Amino acid sequence: MALPLSDSGPLEGPPVSYDPDLERIEIELLLEGVYRHYGFDFRSYAYASIRRRLWKRVEAEGLRSISELQALALHDATAMDRLLLDLSISVTAMFRDPDFYRVFRQEVVPLLRTYPFIRIWHAGCSTGEEVYSAAIVLEEEGLLDRARIYATDINDRVLKQAKAGIFPLNRMQEYTENYINAGGQRSFSEYYTAMYDGALFSPSLTRNTVFSQHNLVTDRSFSEFHMVFCRNVLIYFDRALQDRVHALFYDSLVMLGILALGSKESLRFSQYEDCYEMLHVKERIYRKVR
Amino acid sequence: MTYEIAVIGTSWGGLAALHQILGALPSSFRLPVVVVQHRHKDSGQFLPRVLQDDTSLCVCDVEDKTPIVSGNIYIAPANYHVLIERGHLSLSTDEPVAFSRPSIDVTFISAADAYRKGVVGIVLTGANSDGARGLKRVSDRGGLAIVQRPETAESSIMPAAALRQVPGARVLTLAEIADVLAALTVAPAQRRTGT
Repeated sequence: MALPLSDSGPLEGPPVSYDPDLERIEIELLLEGVYRHYGFDFRSYAYASIRRRLWKRVEAEGLRSISELQALALHDATAMDRLLLDLSISVTAMFRDPDFYRVFRQEVVPLLRTYPFIRIWHAGCSTGEEVYSAAIVLEEEGLLDRARIYATDINDRVLKQAKAGIFPLNRMQEYTENYINAGGQRSFSEYYTAMYDGALFSPSLTRNTVFSQHNLVTDRSFSEFHMVFCRNVLIYFDRALQDRVHALFYDSLVMLGILALGSKESLRFSQYEDCYEMLHVKERIYRKVR
Repeated sequence: MTYEIAVIGTSWGGLAALHQILGALPSSFRLPVVVVQHRHKDSGQFLPRVLQDDTSLCVCDVEDKTPIVSGNIYIAPANYHVLIERGHLSLSTDEPVAFSRPSIDVTFISAADAYRKGVVGIVLTGANSDGARGLKRVSDRGGLAIVQRPETAESSIMPAAALRQVPGARVLTLAEIADVLAALTVAPAQRRTGT
């Protein structure tokens, strides 16, 4: 089979004739309009990423410019739903970065075990891959019954998907490998039932999980947690917004609470760097110490 | 013509090619370079470490919002796309493009749109056609497009695909590519802090 050529395919941005300065104006206007009309604030998202996602939506809607997308999104709430899904979804996998889950099991779980009752927050949980992955580890370590887990996202639709616990069947081989590499102790297939249109994960994995809408940009802290997961979510934010969200996490963690970031994210340059110690350097696991 | 950033894309056979190019760059080299090498999603920090042995320039693993600094060599991490903005690098976990994450096209196009004619785009050996569209964007924006001479590449598919998209690209051996890079006029130093 010939490999598909990338010579054609979706736009990776505007046509080359498009003026980059004008494009920036249009993008800022669209994001401002979306914020003022719908209340979703993407104005401080990382420019290159949001630009790429906006152009994908422009193309999917059969439009030619960001301004046309702005008009459509403001006048047609269903088009806004589609745009919201594009802008807010984060693409991930179960047990993405298996080493992280291995370290979570070996080095973080023993700390969590010292608490009689554990509160965990998955911030920006998207479709829930990480929620289920962490729940599997907690279940195998006998901690799931002691845990209260909050899984939040800005987007209602992905939360519903997360809650349903149905993942694509064609990813199960990859997820099984990840699970094994992460030190999984059972047969991964014990956790799901294969149906014709997907793998349904055992509802008992989320028996102590509350899925709820929360906006990291505009909402405040809603509880105190022993651990916050926020992996590969902040990469979509600009530096100023990252700092604001770090303030939110700091306020939401108990003393000695644990913050897990993506393996290419850090607290470096953030004003909260001194408030944490590194529990694991490579996997970017931090502990609040002051 | 002055240049502000170079982007290098490669896949199969890329490690040896990168060894040769980076090893030939002088320690006074001032252009920041972003390298996208396809590899396994869990391959970790091996690549920046092994490439650091070739050069006195700083070979860095890219983290989110890494500031772009003159003369540093930035290696795209496995399993992320690298997007280039003026002054810093952003990461994305969006879907693979043509089965690749990092995608060469994604990085090249973001570089061309952010730095326009200040970009040098280089496509090396590889067994797929990632990078062709990206190199076209670099060329369309007035940047310098360079392709490894296909018959000298371990796999000629990627350079040949890039040449189909950008027939006017300069076609060079690895040694010549290093010479051209070292001889480029570099724009005044990048800011030291990002965003």
